[in-house]
Amino acid sequence: MSSMQNNEAQVINRAPVRANSDAYIRSRKRKLARERFLKTITHLVLIIGGVSMIIPFLWMLSTSLKEPGAVFTFPPQWIPKPMMWENYARAWKAVPFGRFYLNSIFVAVCVTFGQVFTSSLAAYSFARLHFPGRDKLFLCYLATMMIPGSVTMIPVFILLKTIGWIDTYWALIVPGIFSAYGTFMLRQFFMGLPRDLEDAAKIDGCSLFGIYYRVILPLSLPALATLTTFTFMGSWNSFMWPLIVINSMELKTLPVGLASFQGLYTTDWTLLMAGSIIVLLPVLIVFIFNQRFFVKGIQLGAVKG
Amino acid sequence: MKRFFSRLASNESVAGYVFLLPNFLGFLLFTSLPVLASLVLSFMDWDILTPPKFVGITNFINLFHDKLFWQYVGNTVYLMANIPLCMIGALLVALLMNQKLRGIVIYRTIYFLPSVCSGVAICLLWRWLYNPDFGLINTMLSQVGIQGPDWLSSTAWAKPALMLMGLWGAVGGMNMILYLAALQGVPPELYEAAEIDGANAWQKFKAITLPYLSPTTFFIGIMAVISGFQGGFMSAFIMTGGGPAGSTTTIEYYIYNNAYQWFKMGYAASIAWVLFIVVLLITLFNWRFGGKLVQYN
Repeated sequence: MSSMQNNEAQVINRAPVRANSDAYIRSRKRKLARERFLKTITHLVLIIGGVSMIIPFLWMLSTSLKEPGAVFTFPPQWIPKPMMWENYARAWKAVPFGRFYLNSIFVAVCVTFGQVFTSSLAAYSFARLHFPGRDKLFLCYLATMMIPGSVTMIPVFILLKTIGWIDTYWALIVPGIFSAYGTFMLRQFFMGLPRDLEDAAKIDGCSLFGIYYRVILPLSLPALATLTTFTFMGSWNSFMWPLIVINSMELKTLPVGLASFQGLYTTDWTLLMAGSIIVLLPVLIVFIFNQRFFVKGIQLGAVKG
Repeated sequence: MKRFFSRLASNESVAGYVFLLPNFLGFLLFTSLPVLASLVLSFMDWDILTPPKFVGITNFINLFHDKLFWQYVGNTVYLMANIPLCMIGALLVALLMNQKLRGIVIYRTIYFLPSVCSGVAICLLWRWLYNPDFGLINTMLSQVGIQGPDWLSSTAWAKPALMLMGLWGAVGGMNMILYLAALQGVPPELYEAAEIDGANAWQKFKAITLPYLSPTTFFIGIMAVISGFQGGFMSAFIMTGGGPAGSTTTIEYYIYNNAYQWFKMGYAASIAWVLFIVVLLITLFNWRFGGKLVQYN
């Protein structure tokens, strides 16, 4: 910008420089053209990539609406004739998807609420309160974050079997409530909060729990939202643990339920795709309306965590 | 005054323990004691029904001679070759999206879709895409005259098939978003200065962008390697059942089979501990040398 003004000033002052300025304008035009060209290319590449992201989903939708026989036509038809909306009704009746939904929601809500509650309490304690052994304990928490899930899974499975929790909601919920990662992430966030408000609250005679509840938590909504999102998604997608601890059909969560649905209708692709869409649809809707929030959450979670 | 403060301090200690208690109990019951228990278990022979027998390091010796185990380690490492591909893909997408483009939110949403939906439904979808006769991939290949392989039932193609699916899910996912955030943190003055010095796009990328991204790259890489060693269970379980001929069984899958299918709890625990040690070594390496490989500004 400044060089352009400079050029203009020169143009007014002396004629011979005009050639220079023409050259400048030409090079600027060339640069703009090049930028436009690059942008077009970028759009093109992104569109090609985007199409390859979307096509599998369209294929899933298309298959889910076909007659069973129409799956095996060549070349494949993208818009099925007739549209078999009843595939969805058949899938819904074939296994108790409604029940799977309720289970998944119930488990995810309990796990998320429990984890955010216990983690934020512990994180407040680690971040702000002084007590003997605090930092050593925190190091222990940190160290356990790299333990593979399969190491602890076996003894926890045996423990739950011993106390008779296998094939109950307890087995799905209770082990998920406690998380070193959540504690760590929130602790890092709490450490970064300004202390002034807490001091003010303390002077006003606020109890420690009051400070946690009325000062720290309201200030930490972005971090809490991130942890909530991640925990909820983690619980919602969790597969191996529910697969291990649940046997009865009516206690299965969506992923495990869908897997057993696959076991029942191994090659009935129209039905399998309809079932998959039934499982995916709410996630898609929630994501599309909240994608900004997801993106922010990931960045926050990674920077702080 | 002094007494008042010391009382406050001791109150604070009590409060500290009380606040910590719920989480700590869970930590004890579901993390730290189980770790020790599984270590003890790895020296045992136990099928849950009969009392456990102490067998010393027999499990580890057996494991060392277990050809299947080494095959599955090989599978796991093979599948992890996908990590650099996914990272490069995520970086490329992030670079494309880091420009002032119209409709960037739409692109971002679309690219992020697969990773939001990760799960059993997506595995089912890909099983259908890979169907040798009527799946989308092979019908598209046959339209250009290529006879597609029998993807998931071929020992040669099953792993690449799983990797392709992973790549599809990863290029627009979390790592892309992390790269995007890191790219936005690169100060624009640096590029301007480089432009004045006549640097071309590749030189700018090599001299400015890559060094600035190195902490992110390192973070993503380490996390991917750690989870890679523990991964591959769900997709293999849904899509191939670990086959054909064990070619998609990973370490995690083998632990699952040993513990919950064959009830060889001790043996499963010993595999899990070997896995743990591998992850531990990577983390230690990260702590020791990580800083040197990364250029923080």
